[in-house]
Amino acid sequence: MATTAFTATKSIQPLSAVNTRSHDQPLFDPRKTTFLGSTRKLRLPDSAKLNQTSLQRRSAVVAVSDVVQEKKLKSTSNLLITKEEGLVLYEDMILGRAFEDMCAQMYYRGKMFGFVHLYNGQEAVSTGFIKLLKKEDSVVSTYRDHVHALSKGVPARQVMSELFGRTTGCCRGQGGSMHMFSKEHNVLGGFAFIGEGIPVATGAAFSSKYRREVLKEADCDHVTLAFFGDGTCNNGQFFECLNMAALWKLPIVFVVENNLWAIGMSHLRATSDPQIYKKGPAFGMPGIHVDGMDVLKVREVAKEAVERARRGEGPTLVECETYRFRGHSLADPDELRDPAEKAHYAARDPITALKRSMIESKLASEPELKAIEKKIDELIEDAVEFADESPYPARSQLLENVFADPKGFGIGPDGRYRCEDPKFTEGTAHV
Amino acid sequence: MWGIVRRRVSSASTLQRMLYASRSFSSAAKEMTVRDALNSALDEEMSADPTIFVMGEEVGEYQGAYKITKGLLEKYGPQRVFDTPITEAGFAGIGVGAAYHSLRPVVEFMTFNFSMQAIDHIINSAAKSNYMSAGQVSVPIVFRGPNGAAAGVGAQHSQCYAAWFGSCPGLKVLCPYSSEDARGLLKAAIRDPDPVVFLENELLYGESFPVSAEVLDSDFCLQIGKAKIEREGKDVTITAFSKMVGHALKAAEILAKEGISAEVINLRTIRPLDRATINASVRKTNRLVTAEEGFPQNGVGAEICASVVEESFKYLDAPVERIAGADVPMPYATNLERLAVPQVEDIVCAAKRTCFRSV
Repeated sequence: MATTAFTATKSIQPLSAVNTRSHDQPLFDPRKTTFLGSTRKLRLPDSAKLNQTSLQRRSAVVAVSDVVQEKKLKSTSNLLITKEEGLVLYEDMILGRAFEDMCAQMYYRGKMFGFVHLYNGQEAVSTGFIKLLKKEDSVVSTYRDHVHALSKGVPARQVMSELFGRTTGCCRGQGGSMHMFSKEHNVLGGFAFIGEGIPVATGAAFSSKYRREVLKEADCDHVTLAFFGDGTCNNGQFFECLNMAALWKLPIVFVVENNLWAIGMSHLRATSDPQIYKKGPAFGMPGIHVDGMDVLKVREVAKEAVERARRGEGPTLVECETYRFRGHSLADPDELRDPAEKAHYAARDPITALKRSMIESKLASEPELKAIEKKIDELIEDAVEFADESPYPARSQLLENVFADPKGFGIGPDGRYRCEDPKFTEGTAHV
Repeated sequence: MWGIVRRRVSSASTLQRMLYASRSFSSAAKEMTVRDALNSALDEEMSADPTIFVMGEEVGEYQGAYKITKGLLEKYGPQRVFDTPITEAGFAGIGVGAAYHSLRPVVEFMTFNFSMQAIDHIINSAAKSNYMSAGQVSVPIVFRGPNGAAAGVGAQHSQCYAAWFGSCPGLKVLCPYSSEDARGLLKAAIRDPDPVVFLENELLYGESFPVSAEVLDSDFCLQIGKAKIEREGKDVTITAFSKMVGHALKAAEILAKEGISAEVINLRTIRPLDRATINASVRKTNRLVTAEEGFPQNGVGAEICASVVEESFKYLDAPVERIAGADVPMPYATNLERLAVPQVEDIVCAAKRTCFRSV
């Protein structure tokens, strides 16, 4: 495999890198001209600061081609966390992993059904980003959304019950695996179509800005994270929203979970320039590549991106290079991925890596981490038990929640709203 | 906020002042165009509720491709009336996401033909979220713009989407005809907590209708899901919506001269459909003609027929007549275009057939 893709050093690409190329005169320099008569000034990030970070993270690069080159990259050790932070990260990643493993078991036992997409291997991304958020911050996810919901604080019992299709689920069994919502935790949905969640997330970010600037809610500095995969980055909605988010400086972070495969379509086979982070500067926002198998590196990048959004400095595109340890969904036979590639990434398991790093740096002892694993195991067992014992939705629930307004069902033969008719739920559906 | 150019405003304002002058004149005469009805409804709702904002292509500086948002940018500023790039999927989704957080976006499609690029967000993001989230996430959003057959613009720009959106649970679909409808229904749509598809008609924008003082009151609001009997009659019921209401009323006049008394129902809401009003009328007249611009198969007329057959079968004295657009993409040539869209005489003939009169 002679591809040179991904071999270059990738790190933060500040805007200035686009605008100060000496060998290649840019077509349009926002600092010198007004665009279509607009007086809007592009705000350039502090390039000195960003360059410094990029030096620190020079080794944060892992690539598809590494599978072939067998290049071993040593992780940097200057990413400081406290013991408490480390334990929170570890617990969240273990929770994600154990939950998904249990999902697979329950799926094969017929307890859950339909499409179930598991997150195994990608935990560093969810944990690295979402654990930095405030409760008011929003997360918009994809069909692979269980772990994002868990990281955001939705109780495992509620997520498991939702997967079991029970009334105690976070959406009372009306959403399902691919549609996790929690108003309380600002989980604004898993979206089952490629690209669909990105505009919705951009709109959520827009609402933060609107609240602050139009409704004068001065303390509204809420940030939205949009999670999506490498396959989505070839979809038009991705580009449409990068443009608008940068144009309007919305408080959003676009988090690409580049697991290198869109079902059976290799990222390298689907994308003209596989370095997704490069698309950020093209729209006037920083693009960052980070090793998505290293939660500490993800966290460091996430911290800057989230804070940047919170400060009102606009969006950031973060490409996390990661890998899913299972097939696309539990229905995917996963026959196209090279076993050597799988083995390569399995050896870089983000949970094992964090464990090793914490023990090596004496942040935690083996028994402490074991205790967390045991606690999570019990929590998952409890979630399954809870879900299994929970009732199925009542028949009458079929017709509930179609509208926020119960009058949405219109007017019955007697001139009253249909929903006021005691026989309403009988309808034409067999309930 | 968006850094929109303010420089051009001063040069444009002279022209705008002239336009405003003509508008205030028309409302003083107790007549109002559909365009002004929509504009005033938007204006009043925006002034009453700061969470309402308008977004879409050319809604701001250009004052709206059809001038429905005329003057709003000046009044509410670029933060609440903002021009989007040409990205239907993107901005419709952004509207939905903003509505998730209780803002009330009014998303303008330059025409509803372009809503096809955003249909995923209308159907999958907006209409289904309240249900999927078990009532946690409601989506108070309005998608509005001109719909239906326009004139001479060919197949891709000339189509009625009422039946399409009308078949989707979670959406409310409104089709105003007159200025009263436009004002009352748009206000209802904006105040509604659920996603509303608001289908206007380009050819009606410039038409004037008499408006009462009640309609001009800023509290005026129509009920979603309630049809209006535009003209009472006893021999045949004609259901119509949007531009076809005008055709149906003209047909009723012609029929009256021939001794047939037609009752014209302006549906106003396609979903939820006011089956009660339709069935009550059919039980009185025992005959039914449905009129719409859209395609016949699975159309609004088909749904009304089904409802009448289910609920009032034994009251029918004649087969139901369905008037719809021709089952072809809209042709460009003027003569063919006329053939493809229902005309007044089509409705007249159909009504006569149901009354067993020679046509």
